[in-house]
Amino acid sequence: MHIFLVAKRLISLKTDLRTIPESYQQLPIFFDGKNLFLAAIESTLKMLETIEKPIETMSETSSIDWDYLQKFCSQTRRDIVRMTNGVNSGHPGGSLGCTEFFVAMYNVIMKHDPKNFTMDGIGQDVFFLSNGHISPVWYSVLARCGYFEVGELATFRKLNSRLQGHPATEEGLPGIRVASGSLGQGLSVASGAALSKKLNNDSNHVFSLHGDGELQEGQIWEAAMFAVAHKIDNLISTIDYNGRQIDGDVDDIMPLGDLHAKWVAFGWDVLEMNGNNLQEVVDTMNEAKNRSGNGKPIMILMRTEMGQGIDFMMGTHKWHGVAPNDEQLKQALAQQEETLGDY
Amino acid sequence: MKIEIKDKKDTRSGFGAGLLELGRTNPNVVALCADLTGSLKMNAFQDEFPERFFQCGVAEANMMSVAAGLTIGGKIPFTGTFANFSTGRVYDQIRQSIAYSEKNVKICASHAGLTLGEDGATHQILEDIGLMKMLPNMTVINPCDYNQTKAATIAIAEHEGPVYLRFGRPSVPIFTNEDGSVSFTTNSKFEIGKAQMLNEGTDITIFATGHLVWKAIKAVEILEEKGMSVELINMHTIKPLDEEAVIASIKKTGCAVTAEEHQKNGGLGESIASVLIRNHPAPLEMVAVNDEFGESGTPDELMAKYGIDTPNIVEAAEKVIARKHG
Ligand SMILES: Cc1ncc(C[n+]2csc(CCOP(=O)(O)OP(=O)(O)O)c2C)c(N)n1
Ligand SMILES: [Mg+2]
Repeated sequence: MHIFLVAKRLISLKTDLRTIPESYQQLPIFFDGKNLFLAAIESTLKMLETIEKPIETMSETSSIDWDYLQKFCSQTRRDIVRMTNGVNSGHPGGSLGCTEFFVAMYNVIMKHDPKNFTMDGIGQDVFFLSNGHISPVWYSVLARCGYFEVGELATFRKLNSRLQGHPATEEGLPGIRVASGSLGQGLSVASGAALSKKLNNDSNHVFSLHGDGELQEGQIWEAAMFAVAHKIDNLISTIDYNGRQIDGDVDDIMPLGDLHAKWVAFGWDVLEMNGNNLQEVVDTMNEAKNRSGNGKPIMILMRTEMGQGIDFMMGTHKWHGVAPNDEQLKQALAQQEETLGDY
Repeated sequence: MKIEIKDKKDTRSGFGAGLLELGRTNPNVVALCADLTGSLKMNAFQDEFPERFFQCGVAEANMMSVAAGLTIGGKIPFTGTFANFSTGRVYDQIRQSIAYSEKNVKICASHAGLTLGEDGATHQILEDIGLMKMLPNMTVINPCDYNQTKAATIAIAEHEGPVYLRFGRPSVPIFTNEDGSVSFTTNSKFEIGKAQMLNEGTDITIFATGHLVWKAIKAVEILEEKGMSVELINMHTIKPLDEEAVIASIKKTGCAVTAEEHQKNGGLGESIASVLIRNHPAPLEMVAVNDEFGESGTPDELMAKYGIDTPNIVEAAEKVIARKHG
């Protein structure tokens, strides 16, 4: 059984969780998953101690708690570096760069119901992460918005975890609707889901996020034509336009040319924003929603800084897929305040 | 065994007819095609249900992933293009967005194998069964004639999960009933995942799939004339394989021939061999293409040249029976 289900079950049985770590300490050392179990129990306890702020989408701009969102960002950045450090793998760079975007999407922009996740997402907005390698930021925001226990972040990339290296549906993690990781497929999937919404007379939106390096995949441009041909105007896609990819800067690896002009030429309604400015993300995404329904899919070119918020990770492609070591983690955590409680 | 031919039609038309019927009976069924609507016989569906038909242009990768997306919200997408462009061209899209993601997409593939004929090897995929059966979660079906292809098309809409449905271009004899069942020496219905008994016998079992079922029926006639008692089983579902039926038959006959329009590597023969080795080792001969690409020609010429015709099945049967006694 999944350890978090065990933890949840124990909570529902009103077991005093504080006594569990002690009894489990006595288990033989070869007990498989012992440490993972202890970590899960501990973080669940910790989470229960933190008085959690109920998270509801702040639909009215006037009701947005900017201070809370900033704190959320800082906590998510801590999660990203801690999760990747914990398994010495994963992709912190793009995750850090897209933090404001995810925090804004799941707290302000999207209509969604974390406690009642359904695969079909009928009556809700749905989101697809096409550049699946930046799973840490997605997992952190999903957990902290209530899709699953925050403590489960400790299982990222570990055996038997629902938090696979790249997002997957097989383990049933709430919030994920399709596997991604092999780049270039998400714009097509999102287009299909948007068509499905139209067929169901469901007026909600489909959102997707893509890397800029990912745009080198031909399938993206197949989807670019398809979405226009079928007037998929309930689709709002965003590019993480950070100018970086694995081997270096996008301009050196395979330049994208005039990206704005390209999307316009393909027939999309194109917006731009600074993805590391919360206010700008919220305003632009709201603007995109207002513009939807006009016969064209919407593309947002989102300028971000890979590694945003951790000084030594910024200004380079090098932290695309490298985890901080313990010393680097310490430095990183010193730059992002613990605001909502570490997992 | 004597079998009455009801008519002759292409299996892809069976798909087209099945899809049209589904359009009328199941509002969640949607169809996608990559600029091959006529070849796939999807026009009737397109004409009657334009709002549920999505032309994708020559962009198969996009089509597969769009289909995956359409399932989110409860649609049942049927994709249509040639077998080559339904599998090899889009393997990674199927693998990630459909099979691994457990999406209810029906990948419908026409012009499979050599019998598409004159277009030649660029189009004649003989590896698709192997590619698809290797994917976890994927069901692989290769019906034998028009009626059975129509029945299979209708059946897969009710079958939750990804399916690869393989059919072909040429006109071939129709010998199953409208619902894909048979009533020759035995009554045997068409059911996904269940081997279909066509003729009972005791000397040898022939396991055939797709276009080779008819070729095998002809081979059985010849073998019976020579005094042999031949069991013939239609393995329309290659995955999940009806292992029980395979083992039961081989326990009775003690040797087998497999027949398919596919490479030996990765095909039905390999699947059957694996069941035999693990459960009840017995001599087996495979009638399939032997690790080479096809070429231009008529379907009949190609089947003869590449050794997947009735005489090849007869020869393989005699050889394997000799091995059994040898
Ligand atoms: C089809 C495919 N090819 C290669 C990779 C390996 N890969 C993972 S991320 C990446 C670079 C992507 O660049 P970008 O989309 O800009 O993401 P960023 O580095 O900015 O996070 C590559 C090549 C992959 N995941 N999928
Ligand atoms: Mg990039």
